[in-house]
Amino acid sequence: MSCEPLSDKLTGYLDGELDPRSIGEVEAHLRQCVPCATRLERERRLRLAVQSQLKPMEAPDQLRKSVRAAIRAEVKPAPGRRVWIPTWAATAAALVLGLAGGWQLATLRGSRSVGSELATEVIAGHVRSLQGQHLTDIGSSEHHTVKPWFAGKLDFSPPVPDFSTQGFPLTGGRLDYLGERQVAALVYRRRQHVINLFVWPGGDSAAAPSTISRRGYQIVHGAAGGMAYWAVSDLNATELAQFAQLTAAELSGKPSGP
Amino acid sequence: MDAATAARFEKTALPHLDAAYTLARHLLRNEHDAEDVVQDAFLRAIRHFDGYRGGDMRAWLLTIVRHTCYSWLRRHRPESQATEFDDEVHDIPTAATDPESEMLRGALRDALDQAIANLPLEFREIVILRDVQGLSYAEIAEVAGIPVGTVMSRLSRARQRLQRVLPIEDYRRN
Repeated sequence: MSCEPLSDKLTGYLDGELDPRSIGEVEAHLRQCVPCATRLERERRLRLAVQSQLKPMEAPDQLRKSVRAAIRAEVKPAPGRRVWIPTWAATAAALVLGLAGGWQLATLRGSRSVGSELATEVIAGHVRSLQGQHLTDIGSSEHHTVKPWFAGKLDFSPPVPDFSTQGFPLTGGRLDYLGERQVAALVYRRRQHVINLFVWPGGDSAAAPSTISRRGYQIVHGAAGGMAYWAVSDLNATELAQFAQLTAAELSGKPSGP
Repeated sequence: MDAATAARFEKTALPHLDAAYTLARHLLRNEHDAEDVVQDAFLRAIRHFDGYRGGDMRAWLLTIVRHTCYSWLRRHRPESQATEFDDEVHDIPTAATDPESEMLRGALRDALDQAIANLPLEFREIVILRDVQGLSYAEIAEVAGIPVGTVMSRLSRARQRLQRVLPIEDYRRN
């Protein structure tokens, strides 16, 4: 047999991954072909170098902790157990079933169970925006372009703050649906992390912002200037809190309006 | 997920966190990105744990980690999706090596890291899975979703390329 068809098999031979017949072929060839025997020896040395020098890495403690926390966060109490179904229909249906309708976001912001339901929706909205091709309906880093895009699509005019100088560049915006109403979703970035900022009229501007950490995602929500806002990202809590502070300042300092 | 299932997941999956992280580090070549992606991959694994029918948990998890890495790369570094293994394009110039002074263990380690990082993605992953993680060809075929024959030919070409850019002959003495 010539050298070329044997080329890959030398590797399999070295790794002990060949069937007996191929082993016979390779060994017969090696007895009469010095270049292939030399190549095998060189590959053996290379493999030894790789195996001895490159060891499996150890996952950082922080990662181990957050994975463990994510596993624990998946545990739901048996009765009210909900399955994670990332579709609007399912989420909306679950909401209707779970809440029997008729609640107002503004008045129930302090309620833990409703806040928790909404947090689930916010995370679902965030994940969905990343999984599909539907992160933005209007992709632009220019808030003067994004803000007019919402005109006529919502029953309110959402503020579109520009945080590019603070290191949170705007990526775009889209319409989304949360808590049984249409909301504005503004998309920002911090390094490779995407932040979804959901905004709609309402909320208690006097209440302090709340932080939720779940499934590896961080949420900060609050209200300012007559607007409720929910920021969600896989960004770390500190930086997302900073983002939320900027948002709250912007909302209260420059009340929404055309 | 009930508490018993979560405990079972933690017991069977968490021991492979290092393997998951190692693969992600080599595929993404950045520790922070690797942490993000592994976290995301484990979330996916938890949610798909119902679909896990026993068998090789490490291969199952690494499949998800690899898939998550590729999705991440498509989204964040579309230019990194090299499809062709073109030796002309990918060969990097090898620094002139002086056997007496540079052939130190640390230098070999650095040269290897560099050479492996420069391999195209679909070849790099095979080397890592085989020579660093110790998977069999059949396990690699499962993780990468390719035939065993392709695993062997990619590994062969990857090692040939590493030999070309690494003066292993000289390192032997160390």
